Amino acid sequence: MHPFDYVAATSIAEVNSILAQHGNRARPLVGGTDLLVQLRGGRFDLDAVVDIKGVPEANVLELNGALKMGSAVPLAVMYEDQAVRDAYPGLIDCAELIGGIQIQSRASMAANLCNSTPSGDTICPMIVHSAQVNITGANGDRTVAVEDFCTGPGRNVLEDGEWVLDIVFPAPASGFGAAYERFIPRNEMDIAVAGAASSVTLDGSGKITDALVALASVGPTPVFVTAITDLLVGKEPTEENFVAAGKIAYDAVSPISDMRGTIEQRRHLSGVLTRRTLTKATERAKAG
Amino acid sequence: MVDKVHVKTTINGQEYEFLVEPYMSLLETLRDVLNLTGTKEGCNDGNCGACTVEMNGRIVDSCCVLGAEVNGGTINTIEGMATAEGLHPLQQAFLEEAALQCGICTPGFLISAKSLLEREPDADEHRIRYWLAGNLCRCTGYDKIIKAVQKTQATA
Amino acid sequence: MVATQEYKVIGTRPIRHDGLDKVTGRAIYGADVKLPDMLYGFVLRSPHAHARIRSIDTSAAEAMPGVVAVMTANDMPEAADELVDLGEGAINFSHASDHIMAMSKAKFKGHPVAAVAATSTNVAREAVAAIKVDWEVLKSAVTVDEALAPDAPVILDGWVGDDLGEKSTKPNVGSHFRHEFGDIEKGFADSTTIIEHRYDLAMVHQGYIEPHNGTAIWDQEDRVRLWTSTQGAFTVRTQLAGILQLDESRIKVTPTEIGGGFGGKIPIYVEPLAAILSKKSGGKPVRILMDRPEVFEATGPTPGGWVSVRLGVKDRKIIAGDADIRFDAGGFPGSPVGAAAMCVFSCYDIENTRIDGWDIIVNKPKTAAYRAPGSTHVAYAIECIIDEICEELDLDPIQFRLDNASKEGTRRGDGPIFPRIGNIETLEAARDSAHWNAPLDKNPGNGNVRGRGIANGYWFNVGLKSSVNLSVNTDGTVMLIEGSTDIGGTRASIAMQAAEVLGIRAEDIIPTVVDTDSVGYTDVTGGSRTTYATGFAAYKAAQNLIDELTARAATIWDIPEDEVVFEDGKFSSKSDPELSMTFKEIAGKLNETGGPVSSTGAVDLENAGGGFAVHICDLEIDPETGKTDVIRYTAVQDVGKAIHPSYVEGQMQGGAVQGIGWALNEEYFMSDDGQMVNSSYLDYRMPTSLDLPEIETVIVEVPNPIHPFGVRGVGEPPIVPPVAAIANAINDALGIRLREAPMNPGRILEALKEKNG
Ligand SMILES: Cc1cc2nc3c(=O)[nH]c(=O)nc-3n(C[C@H](O)[C@H](O)[C@H](O)COP(=O)(O)OP(=O)(O)OC[C@H]3O[C@@H](n4cnc5c(N)ncnc54)[C@H](O)[C@@H]3O)c2cc1C
Ligand code: FES
Ligand code: FES
Repeated sequence: MHPFDYVAATSIAEVNSILAQHGNRARPLVGGTDLLVQLRGGRFDLDAVVDIKGVPEANVLELNGALKMGSAVPLAVMYEDQAVRDAYPGLIDCAELIGGIQIQSRASMAANLCNSTPSGDTICPMIVHSAQVNITGANGDRTVAVEDFCTGPGRNVLEDGEWVLDIVFPAPASGFGAAYERFIPRNEMDIAVAGAASSVTLDGSGKITDALVALASVGPTPVFVTAITDLLVGKEPTEENFVAAGKIAYDAVSPISDMRGTIEQRRHLSGVLTRRTLTKATERAKAG
Repeated sequence: MVDKVHVKTTINGQEYEFLVEPYMSLLETLRDVLNLTGTKEGCNDGNCGACTVEMNGRIVDSCCVLGAEVNGGTINTIEGMATAEGLHPLQQAFLEEAALQCGICTPGFLISAKSLLEREPDADEHRIRYWLAGNLCRCTGYDKIIKAVQKTQATA
Repeated sequence: MVATQEYKVIGTRPIRHDGLDKVTGRAIYGADVKLPDMLYGFVLRSPHAHARIRSIDTSAAEAMPGVVAVMTANDMPEAADELVDLGEGAINFSHASDHIMAMSKAKFKGHPVAAVAATSTNVAREAVAAIKVDWEVLKSAVTVDEALAPDAPVILDGWVGDDLGEKSTKPNVGSHFRHEFGDIEKGFADSTTIIEHRYDLAMVHQGYIEPHNGTAIWDQEDRVRLWTSTQGAFTVRTQLAGILQLDESRIKVTPTEIGGGFGGKIPIYVEPLAAILSKKSGGKPVRILMDRPEVFEATGPTPGGWVSVRLGVKDRKIIAGDADIRFDAGGFPGSPVGAAAMCVFSCYDIENTRIDGWDIIVNKPKTAAYRAPGSTHVAYAIECIIDEICEELDLDPIQFRLDNASKEGTRRGDGPIFPRIGNIETLEAARDSAHWNAPLDKNPGNGNVRGRGIANGYWFNVGLKSSVNLSVNTDGTVMLIEGSTDIGGTRASIAMQAAEVLGIRAEDIIPTVVDTDSVGYTDVTGGSRTTYATGFAAYKAAQNLIDELTARAATIWDIPEDEVVFEDGKFSSKSDPELSMTFKEIAGKLNETGGPVSSTGAVDLENAGGGFAVHICDLEIDPETGKTDVIRYTAVQDVGKAIHPSYVEGQMQGGAVQGIGWALNEEYFMSDDGQMVNSSYLDYRMPTSLDLPEIETVIVEVPNPIHPFGVRGVGEPPIVPPVAAIANAINDALGIRLREAPMNPGRILEALKEKNG
């Protein structure tokens, strides 16, 4: 492994200055469950890693109508917060199935997003929650919707010197429900063969006013299937409609065949998981 | 070349102060720098849990942590589990229930299970299996490990 | 039938002697060895499955600060072209040497081509990366069928295999043999039902959590000292002697604690490299630890391949059986196809049988033993076909197996006549088990479906050589010195057998596993032989100790030796009831009455008692995703006599779970150019605790007549039935026969699609 320096940053400015100094030869470190494994595996070399866990703003977990989650907040800290659990069960779905407890104790959602693999389990749930990513850096701040963040396998919109400070989830509207499910052959410690996140918003009469579906591991980036939104808005949340949504998902994805699954299997699973998560999201929406 | 990092930390209740290469994992630091070889390496990529230690109150795979990161922190390893008063009840239960065969996974399982029982003393079988899923054992089929954890719960 | 003999120690569950060190982190495993002035080694491995080495340039590595020694195959001593038996498998030293470090050609991805010793692992890794190899990449063949195809590449230059006594005309045939008995043509002609199918299996790995390791010193007097975690220190010594071309007496192997082996830690890999690097470093100790990808890519998994079986049945009797077994051996010949042939028909009494075995060289890591090597493969085929016969003829699967069961006097498929075996008793115990008699709700109401499967399995077990030394302490305890590495409680099970003879507690025996200088030759911990054979040696040593102590009692009491009897842990005089001493009492008198007493016991056992295992498995399957969960599992096994029942159960459970992983998800997933692409635990997908239910066990005890306590081997039979039991359960749930393992969700989905159109 190419030797690199370790900097435990304690302020946003410090992170900015180190990233600016090293360009693409430095990266932020949160849980290290991607970064250290990739460095050791020789995927790429760095001259420095910047530990952002000591930056107070990156450790914020603030539920105030909307949820603001700092980029260094471990999954376990987030899912152990009862108020967050109650407000965002669709996020808890994904947080509790990543790795095992050891991984969840260190890894953050923002880092999962920044790692930007199509199989990242938190990305699709963030998309269907309409989350916004707050990016900072020496050259200023900007905000990007999660669905616009990933640009390819392992690639995203971050420029050299930029990093994610936090992610903001809008307050769930009344009649909102969300769910995430992935398919793996085992029950833990596995990477999604395919995954689906859905959210639905129901009006007082029970009709769908909004439905968002995003699919994991079935394309070069998470696949946000807006055609399903077009199909479902204004309709009843029936099995029949969700089966039709599943068919759209089947056609919308562009998976590859690899050691984890085949194209056909992934398409099929996209359909099944779309239907299942829409159903579960609806149950949650109805439960309030 | 990069300079070594100065680290001060508390391990098993003892103050430690040492220098470590900034790119060295906590696992390598424990084993090669501090000679605490009770923590084991099975995969070096977060998938087996043999390297599990408790860091600042949570279990982590020490192969996925940098040694430099523990500066100012608190680490508990298998070496600190038994005290002058005797074995931890989990250690005793593992012995009585034959919850180890080769034993290479045992330190990791003990650290994980201890953390579970401290947080959720009444965890049911499914919860125990979920909590321990980050620890691989290839010898036992897990059955006796689960039973040892349950026995510890019953005698607590 | 259950053993009836009453014992005091045997059958109890004492805490194992090495347990405390292993729950406190004190036990020293291979990677924990640290010697003064030690160097750290790392190995450069072929990135290609099949490639000729045009040249190697190590100059940049040699020039790096911190690098002390660099080696290539040119530094390997020239080894003899001869076959040496290792207990579970044999070794040809010139192949072994070429395997340890490729001479002219890499035969699998991960094949070593150079190695470095440096002042830190990181420097060694960087130096290895700086070595330049000029490769000529060759076409590779990674499956049996590819390697036998007319246009297959020649993998092992100059090799000519044996094909039924003739020289093979195909370059990649390691060997082809046949066992034939009765009249197979007539058998099939007389059959009213004939079923034939081919079953394919992927290569799988033992998956032990501890990677291979070796720390060696080769000093200026040409003495080699090696510390390593191995299943057999003496076998390592034999291999090292052959590869390094040294007399065995110049080599001392110290076995550390070992983190799992399952057959995979019998061969050596990095150990000779550590020794040679030590020599090149002027005798500094060199430690090499493998990482996980190296373990997957470059140690000895169990073969993939296929097994085709045809069975003929008449009047509910199997009267003809034909099997064709083809295993991929890896880059050198030597797969366990011979053992597979010994097992394929062994659960049944079949008059007319023919078995063909093929050992095929392919561009994959050279296979090694994995728990009952070869038997799981053949059980997958035959136990599924038996199930099909029962389905077709509407027969009860256990009754049909009972009606055709092998028993004492039955001829095994490869010729030998079975001694007393417990096949029938094991089947009966399964039939009478709580699990088999519990109803299964096949449609639990959540959209999933459930199914139950059963399968039988056999492993012959081995005996071989073991030595044990005992010496008496004056406090009445006994030191037990043995050469069998303890992978799962054998210190306890061996000590218990000595304790039983001596009439003392298991805790009063203090067992120690020692190096090759310190005890007589002992074969590997493998072949399910350790409790059986080393236990037998301990029994003999204990008997010898009693003889010595009897003589001493006679001296103390001044009576003839044949007047002294030892019973119930007491020495007493036949004629004078006043004269009586416990073991402890006489031990306390030894120093004043002639000095210390010790004994040895050694065995060389040709036979072992074969073992049978019947497994019952309930599955729940999500037909929309193919997701399969084992929801109930019972392992029934004839163990002869369970010395320490907890560790017997543990073997049954652990073997069953390895088999479950093999059945459902594990495999070497190979790319088109012969690369294993899933060489991490993440993608190799071994079962976690969350993937399993409780594993219930039913111990059957049909004593092995050739062992003093009736012990049969226990460790291997439990991995034999699971793959077939799961296949049969999948069929029960879904009505589909999966004839390729792993039977993963993708395959289940495909089969369902095919079935439902
Ligand atoms: C055993 C194991 C199991 C796993 N299982 C899963 C799983 O089930 N599902 C899944 O999706 N993933 C899984 N992963 C991958 C990984 O754990 C997750 O992606 C995790 O969320 C990463 O978080 P981290 O904090 O550890 O990331 P790190 O490794 O610290 O960082 C990941 C990447 O993001 C960059 N980064 C981190 N923070 C920022 C920031 N604020 N701004 C810009 N860039 C940043 C880093 O530089 C790095 O490139 C698994 C990994 C392991 C080892
Ligand atoms: S060694 Fe850290 S998880 Fe395996
Ligand atoms: S006891 Fe060997 S890996 Fe768990």
